[in-house]
Amino acid sequence: MANDDISLTVEPGEIHALLGENGAGKSTLMNVLYGLLQPDEGEILVDDKPVRIRGPRDAIAAGIGMVHQHFMLVPVFTVAENVMLGAEQTTGGPVGFLDRRRARKLVREVSDRYRLAVDPDRTVEDLPVGVQQRVEIVKALTRDVDLLILDEPTAVLTPQETADLLEIMRTLKAAGKSIVFITHKLKEVQAIADRITVIRRGRTVGTAAPDTSEEELASLMVGRSVLLRVEKGAAEAGAPVLEVAGLAVNDDRGHRAVDGVDLTVHAGEVLGIAGVQGNGQTELIEAIMGLRPVVAGSTTLEGRPTLGLSTRDILRAGVGYVPEDRSVDGLVKDFTVAENLVLDIYNTEPFGTRWVIRPDAIAESARARVEQFDVRTDASGQAAVGTLSGGNQQKVIVAREFSRPLKLFIASQPTRGVDVGSIEFIHRQIVHERTEGTAVLLVSSELDEVLALADRIAVMYRGRVIAVVSPDTPREEIGLLMAGVTTEAAGTAKDGQSDD
Amino acid sequence: MTEQTTATAEDLAAAGADQLPPPKTFAGRYLRNLWTANTFTVTVLAVLLALVIGGILIAISDENVRATTSYFFSRPGDFFSLSWDKVSDAYAQLFKGSIVDPTAVQAAANGTGKWERVFFPISETLTYAAPLALTGLAFALAFRGGLFNIGVQGQAIMGAVGAALAGFLLPLPVGIHLVVALIVGAAFGGAWGFVPGILKARTGAHEVITTIMLNYVALFFLGWLIVQKGVQDPERSDAISKPVDDSAQLTHLLGFVGPSLRVNLGIVVAILVVAAVAWLLRRSTFGFELRAVGLNPEASRTAGIGVGSTYALVMTVAGALAGLGGATIVMGTAVSLTGAVIGSVGFDGLLVGLLGRAKPWGVFFAALLFGALQAGGNRMQSFSGISLELVGVIQALIVIFVAAPALVKTVFRLKPAKVSGLGTGMSKGW
Repeated sequence: MANDDISLTVEPGEIHALLGENGAGKSTLMNVLYGLLQPDEGEILVDDKPVRIRGPRDAIAAGIGMVHQHFMLVPVFTVAENVMLGAEQTTGGPVGFLDRRRARKLVREVSDRYRLAVDPDRTVEDLPVGVQQRVEIVKALTRDVDLLILDEPTAVLTPQETADLLEIMRTLKAAGKSIVFITHKLKEVQAIADRITVIRRGRTVGTAAPDTSEEELASLMVGRSVLLRVEKGAAEAGAPVLEVAGLAVNDDRGHRAVDGVDLTVHAGEVLGIAGVQGNGQTELIEAIMGLRPVVAGSTTLEGRPTLGLSTRDILRAGVGYVPEDRSVDGLVKDFTVAENLVLDIYNTEPFGTRWVIRPDAIAESARARVEQFDVRTDASGQAAVGTLSGGNQQKVIVAREFSRPLKLFIASQPTRGVDVGSIEFIHRQIVHERTEGTAVLLVSSELDEVLALADRIAVMYRGRVIAVVSPDTPREEIGLLMAGVTTEAAGTAKDGQSDD
Repeated sequence: MTEQTTATAEDLAAAGADQLPPPKTFAGRYLRNLWTANTFTVTVLAVLLALVIGGILIAISDENVRATTSYFFSRPGDFFSLSWDKVSDAYAQLFKGSIVDPTAVQAAANGTGKWERVFFPISETLTYAAPLALTGLAFALAFRGGLFNIGVQGQAIMGAVGAALAGFLLPLPVGIHLVVALIVGAAFGGAWGFVPGILKARTGAHEVITTIMLNYVALFFLGWLIVQKGVQDPERSDAISKPVDDSAQLTHLLGFVGPSLRVNLGIVVAILVVAAVAWLLRRSTFGFELRAVGLNPEASRTAGIGVGSTYALVMTVAGALAGLGGATIVMGTAVSLTGAVIGSVGFDGLLVGLLGRAKPWGVFFAALLFGALQAGGNRMQSFSGISLELVGVIQALIVIFVAAPALVKTVFRLKPAKVSGLGTGMSKGW
């Protein structure tokens, strides 16, 4: 059951934050409000009148709009075309010409009224993510909604874009709109919300005021107190393990995604790569792992070049890898936990040979590792991995990679979509591995995660490492770096942002 | 959004299943499991549903039955009793032609009939089932590896060609000749499967397109080959090859009971191969790679498995299985190559593979069912005057119902299974 007896009241002109871990049921609740799912029990009241919402059309008619986590825009359409999509106005009577002029005018009006700065004639695919999101907001507002649901709106934004969004939310609030703001980021909640409802395992566990402390909110979310910072000693960096020099890599469309990156990761340290998603981190890691062709440059592992080696050779040379997208690249969901635990070592002793696998040895090792890594599944590890929660799936990957001797551990978004309890566990494992002398390369779009774990931070922007800084650097400064603003160019920061 | 909604929908479905209190008695739990839309129930119900619709077709295609419809409202009884007679007779013949004819058993027991007639139906069923099991496996194995092998027909044709050539060209001693001919057949089929496999691995060419095209190439190659000197039977003017040497013909297992019992070593080969493929999938390193690549090629690649080489190998092995299927026909029942030597056993293999849900023993039982329908259909045609094509219709209906589990579930109001895997299994791969 994703939602179990949840009550939520949103007042007019209120920003109501819905806080909960991934999988707590936030999105389910909102999908019910937006008519994408039907409730088994209970009712929805708009202006004190019960309404029945069978689909998005009913929801919009009832004054409820939604901005999804993944935008619902047609990339090759202009902003105005996207906005009128589904509510096309026509001229010419029965012939029905699309009334683009009216759509453009409408976009411009809404954009001006709420200071959204959206140009109706731009093609959506050319716009940065933050602006695309504003297009979604415009789309909802042109449908005259009174309640706007924003589903994890800040997940894809830079700190600056996030600040802009919060400003827009304040403007909307001043205009009398109500907003439901779904998130799991505590700082944003404190910054903007008028009221906070915390959801855990499909139930409302409390309503809090915005001045509630981070620790209190976190423990409400998880149901116990959590360590937000990882305790770790100073790094004792040893010899270089991974050296990347002048690396250039193209993305799937053939555009240069990594453009001359130099990096060194030493034994016993965590090098964190901070950056907004889509600035070349994915391609960089895939190139290091032999999963993506390299255009120029070199990568070496303990001095030996690894370019041209297969992914298997690289893994077997002592590299552990937690891929960014666990459900696509990390796990075979229909395989059992046990099978996934040997996905990259199934043909090595004791699990198998060139010709046969040994299910008994695989099962036995699974039992031990399920226990050691606290994977919440049946003890035999014979359940399909797809039936586990996100956090436990991630623990399976971490368990797999940590069960062989490593020289280098590469973790890409290791805690994305993972509950707070599992985040804590995974973080401790990573720090433990570092302390044992493994070199760790950590990529995360969560700045907090990089700050908590890294001994040095490399900031990536548009395919380049634009700075390597210490984790003591103020958040704001790193945030500016993530937006491509280096200290020398700080004066032009504002310009750099707006024509981004 | 799609991701989210499906995820949450699954959650809700799972939650729904959890809500029901577990039945207290064993029988209650058994029935709940049976009527939950699990694969076995759906398969059985799909067969049932196909037979019902086949029955309606039998009834309305009969002239006498149609005649009763003109006065249906004055005497509806005629319509129903005639229909019933017709359909029940047809299905009785289907049964007698595929499993056993009780009157023949009685006659044999009394000493008035031959035992040969008792075993004839089952012999025919097994004869048809053997190549079907092999071609079914050829589709199923590729399917488990994430590939749609539409080229089973072509691979089986090449297998028949290879086995026949080895069968009448190589002068080998008894015993060895048989084994060599089977191996050559498998090798020809394997080569025909390797081509689309390597094309997929190297260039990404979709196997559906390439295998369909290779089916035509194989078919026309066969047509060309059988009129060539040294291949064509010198005593015949029509397009037929020399017969396979006796030493390369599959032994008739029940030849001592009577000469009409055609069931041969092919069924033994099929059973051994089914067992081998089951072992391969479960216990071999290649099977692990195959399953991993089939379920998630991206994760397999990330874990260091060579996805391309796995594709090439899967298609080669699948082709070899289909080739064995073709070989058992030409070495068992057909003896000579003709343009239509293997009939549609390759295409039927796709249906068998789907019906068997791409599991080795499932494929085997599906092949038995299809073999039985084929054998029984022959008798139904000669005794009830119902066209053999109806059997094809029933076979196709079964597969449609199996491939559309939602339809069967709706018809029979089954509860959603927590882990059904039906729809996903059938719809992925494209």
